[in-house]
Amino acid sequence: MRLTQGTFSYLPDLTDEQIAAQVQYALDRDWPISLEYTDDPHPRNSYWEMHALPMFDVRDAAAIMDEVRAARTAHGDSYIQLNAYDARLGRQTTALSFIVQRPAREPGFRVERTADKDRQIKYRLHPYSADKPQGERYGSK
Amino acid sequence: MATLTNGKKTRWESGVTPYAEMGYWRPDYEPKDTDVLCAFRITPQPGVDPVEAAAAVAGESSTATWTVVWTDRLTAHEHYQARAYRVDPVAGNPEQYIALIAYDIDLFEEGSIANLTSSIIGNVFGFKALRALRLEDMRIPIAYVKTFQGPPHGIVMEREYLNKYGRPLLGATVKPKLGLSAKNYGRVVYEALRGGLDFTKDDENINSQPFMRWRDRYLFCMEAVNRAEAASGEIKGHYMNVTAATMEEMYERAEFAKDLGSVIVMMDLTVGFTAMASMSKWARKNGVLLHLHRAGHGTYTRQKSHGVSFRVLAKWVRLLGVDHVHAGTVVGKLEGDPNTTRGYYDILREDFIPANPLHGVYFDQAWASLAPVMPVASGGIHAGQMHQLLDLLGEDVVLQFGGGTIGHPDGIAAGATANRVALEAMVLARNEGRDIVGEGPDILLDAARRCGPLARALEIWKDVTFDYESTDTPDVVATPSL
Repeated sequence: MRLTQGTFSYLPDLTDEQIAAQVQYALDRDWPISLEYTDDPHPRNSYWEMHALPMFDVRDAAAIMDEVRAARTAHGDSYIQLNAYDARLGRQTTALSFIVQRPAREPGFRVERTADKDRQIKYRLHPYSADKPQGERYGSK
Repeated sequence: MATLTNGKKTRWESGVTPYAEMGYWRPDYEPKDTDVLCAFRITPQPGVDPVEAAAAVAGESSTATWTVVWTDRLTAHEHYQARAYRVDPVAGNPEQYIALIAYDIDLFEEGSIANLTSSIIGNVFGFKALRALRLEDMRIPIAYVKTFQGPPHGIVMEREYLNKYGRPLLGATVKPKLGLSAKNYGRVVYEALRGGLDFTKDDENINSQPFMRWRDRYLFCMEAVNRAEAASGEIKGHYMNVTAATMEEMYERAEFAKDLGSVIVMMDLTVGFTAMASMSKWARKNGVLLHLHRAGHGTYTRQKSHGVSFRVLAKWVRLLGVDHVHAGTVVGKLEGDPNTTRGYYDILREDFIPANPLHGVYFDQAWASLAPVMPVASGGIHAGQMHQLLDLLGEDVVLQFGGGTIGHPDGIAAGATANRVALEAMVLARNEGRDIVGEGPDILLDAARRCGPLARALEIWKDVTFDYESTDTPDVVATPSL
């Protein structure tokens, strides 16, 4: 399966040139960039690991792209997302967030059902990758 | 109680005195920051003086009755009188006038849209001396705004809850509206969500009819939602319509939807202001998003001469608190002039809206950080209009493609994928600095080269437009610059 979280997951994976254009769009709006990675893509996993602190003072798209490449090297087979943050009053939340790296193989999720009273079913979404310990979920390691 | 030497009655003499002479016309009045201000479009009966008509509206929507009553003298009556303070003719329409009327905040119960509306649109719309009357806009003072809690979640919380940023959300209303069994209905939900939509929706008239009872629908829809979440790794939702005959039944349905894990429920405007406010409190307490379908609003919002403008209704629903409300598409099948619709969207989403005659907005409106409402665009829209929709409606909006998803020749999931790809391609292009209005069709064709379902959608709906004259437009139009 293809994880479709993020703003552009229904498009072919963005090239670095396309990513840089989105970064420039964010920087033009004073939205600082941050990078996060995870090997637990459950949709309720709100806290992906922070690659570093948000780059509040980096205003150069090329420097951000260097950091994207560094994150890919450091977290070779994880999902990595690039976030742009809007700190304006009334927003104070993520403005744009999209995946810039995904594992070679994405095993997806299993739905587990438990029949409850009165025909109700309790659902549990189980990422296949979570069967392994953190750090060993993707790739050959 | 004497008659004055000029033949006029004194203020307290029994009998009928013109409203304007009873204190309801105060051209020198300076509105206070705490007053509720209203702009009424009045069409007096032939021969009725517009100032007297405006004063009558002020009187009948506040303290007055048709004749002098001595019991007014037991009160500080001037404090409670509404004051018409300005009357202007409408350019190009000699029968109509815009009257501005101020109401002291003491006239209204805190946190009650029912009370606010009973006062201001209670009796006066049937008043014989007027041929027609329309409430065009209402300035809600911050002092009164602060007696409401507003949307249970608001746009920021909804995005953080759903983990979806940087693009409009996508939805579809299940079709056909009536007749599907619960299992067949859930199939439509599953296909649309797994294909790429964020939401599906019950229609306004899907409540609990003989062909499909609410409880069965909820059970099958949650199977569909959970399956689609597993297929995509995204949060998905189906708006469970909890509209019912009584408040007790609405709560029962909402509780059941919550117990099943639904992220969102919906209700219809037809349930009334108090029921909507109660559901808002419930949604806040239970952490469930609340969608409002504006069923029935067209009966009083559409005609320019009589009724209540949707911009006023939008203010009332933001105050009483919903997370979503339908607010027009401009390009779709339902009424919606672009500038007027822009005014509605601003009222729902911005924290301060300046008066702007081009958008039909008569007063400055400050919301003092009251959470914004996510507008929903629904009705006759399709993927081929994506550039126009993004340009006109912006990013904080739910775009609902019902027929434009379910009517796709390759199936519902293909229809959903076409819409999602069109949307993401358009946002990407906009962010890259491209002129999406001018280049929109090319951007879509380019995206369609890598997405068969989008190519089919563009082909089948390429000539569909709904180009009719709007009935509800601002009086002031922008002069095109040369």
